[in-house]
Amino acid sequence: MSKLQLITKGLIKENPTFVLILGMCPTLATTTSAMNGMGMGFATLFVLVLSNMAISAAAPYIPDKVRIPSYIVIIAAFVTILQFIMQAYTPAMYETLGLFIPLIVVNCIVLGRAEAFANKNSVIDSACDGLGIGLGFTLALTVLGLIREIIGSGSAFGFKFISGDGILVFVLAPGAFLALGYLIVLFRKLTAKK
Amino acid sequence: MEYIIIIISAIFVNNILLSQFLGCCPFLGVSNKLSTAVGMSGAVCFVITLATLVTYLLQYYVLVPLHIEFMQTISFILVIAALVQMVEIVLKKVSPSLYQALGIFLPLITTNCAVLGVALIVVTKEFTFGGEPHMLNLAESIVYAFATSVGFGVAMVLFAGLREQLALNKVPKAFQGIPIALITASILALAFMGFSGLV
Amino acid sequence: MAVQSSFKNMVLCLLVICFVSSALLAVVYAVTKAPIEAAAAAKTNNAIAQVVPEFDGTPELSQINVAGTDYTYYKVSKDGAVAGYAIMAAATGFSGPVSLMVGITADGIIYNTSVLSQSETPGLGAKCTEPAFADQFRNFNPAEKVLKVKKDGGDVDAITASTITSRAYTNAVQIALDVYKAITTGARPDAASGASASAGGSSETDNNGGQDNE
Repeated sequence: MSKLQLITKGLIKENPTFVLILGMCPTLATTTSAMNGMGMGFATLFVLVLSNMAISAAAPYIPDKVRIPSYIVIIAAFVTILQFIMQAYTPAMYETLGLFIPLIVVNCIVLGRAEAFANKNSVIDSACDGLGIGLGFTLALTVLGLIREIIGSGSAFGFKFISGDGILVFVLAPGAFLALGYLIVLFRKLTAKK
Repeated sequence: MEYIIIIISAIFVNNILLSQFLGCCPFLGVSNKLSTAVGMSGAVCFVITLATLVTYLLQYYVLVPLHIEFMQTISFILVIAALVQMVEIVLKKVSPSLYQALGIFLPLITTNCAVLGVALIVVTKEFTFGGEPHMLNLAESIVYAFATSVGFGVAMVLFAGLREQLALNKVPKAFQGIPIALITASILALAFMGFSGLV
Repeated sequence: MAVQSSFKNMVLCLLVICFVSSALLAVVYAVTKAPIEAAAAAKTNNAIAQVVPEFDGTPELSQINVAGTDYTYYKVSKDGAVAGYAIMAAATGFSGPVSLMVGITADGIIYNTSVLSQSETPGLGAKCTEPAFADQFRNFNPAEKVLKVKKDGGDVDAITASTITSRAYTNAVQIALDVYKAITTGARPDAASGASASAGGSSETDNNGGQDNE
């Protein structure tokens, strides 16, 4: 598979949210607005690319039986680095996403890619794979966030175009489940035709 | 009185699955059958309570005195992973029947974000149960962790019951599997919103 | 692919990974420590600048104990005279504490307020950060108006469907006022006023016939 294919397959064919249905917790919790969804997506992308590269480089030296704990430690280290960087340079976004930044450690996408791809492929390929899956995740979260923001508060990326309130429930918990459910249906319909 | 508020708040008002979105993977993944949902809930309940106890002690007796709070995420996840392994080994030896019931779910729990989530919430978030905003003490933390995991169980079992009924119905092809489950979860979350404002 | 597992190399491998990760974290921590502190300080300074009138020099950090609780406040001066106080106060909202920075001028008028942190529901209680609600406290003179939500007989318009959040916000401002009194008189206020300021926050459950969500 070419490098470009590695990157693009994460967007549609193996989209982590719509097709693989992984990493549901941050998907549902942080998409109250398009900006928040995008922030969470890029945060995960950062960890995904770096941990994929590190694990790909370290995998030949890690004994089989302790590979999962080793991967978790590597991922946790990158997540903590991300926490520092966000606290220092994007404190407002760090506060909004809150608990879900440290919880990237237990995001099944990250560990899943390490186990399914990074530990048997080259560093460069793993980086491309991380980038593709990360972009797919970011895309899904941004779209979901945008839909919830438009319906729920009548704005897009913070720009208000409908005065007054939207259908509030879309910003709240039930709306997250509902919007994601219908979005997956739509995604299936669109990709099935191709 | 304060403990009752903690319990009601953690189970119903701020249900970990339906309003905080922690632990959604098992919520959608192993809720096809009622029996597996019960097993998973039991295992999660056990691990969350134990993990919160251990990570609370770790935070206040190791990380804070040594000023290495920045090791929080990494040490918590290691402790949880080790704990899950230990529980598995101990359970196998001590109670084979319980191991039979919970065993297959234990490896999945390490990456259940509810466990790490609750452990982190307890040591980072200020609570307002019974008046002034404050950090939870050890007893409150344990009660909170236990009640939260009971809330996890309640939502899991209700949801599994709904999905078992759903399996008997004809669902349009595009909706089959996860989408219809998400829409069902949405309705369940709406119902749980009725509890808001209770405490 | 991976090497054969033996007890020795498993322990060694985990130790090396943990050691390398910890070392890496310590380095990044040391590098980002200053920017993180700068970001936190900038946030506090912005909040102070927002809630008090123009001042010169740097805000002076102090603490005061009012009715058993320690409060942090910043004194700002202009041309040698006290221009006002920025007081940090919190009260219980719907889903957690609502923390405010409340600016009070030297003549006892609330200059402005700013939300430091809150975890209220987006679209409902979280609207307390928006000017439509928060601007009511701009130039609020407690001698002329009653610092309570309208439903409780005061002059503050509550956020639609979010009375508890509005009450919490109002309570936090009231606490700041009590702290201000304690600072200016130099004496502790009588127990009654301290208690009344925080009493409202604890167990607000009335729901106005189902209209109120928060």
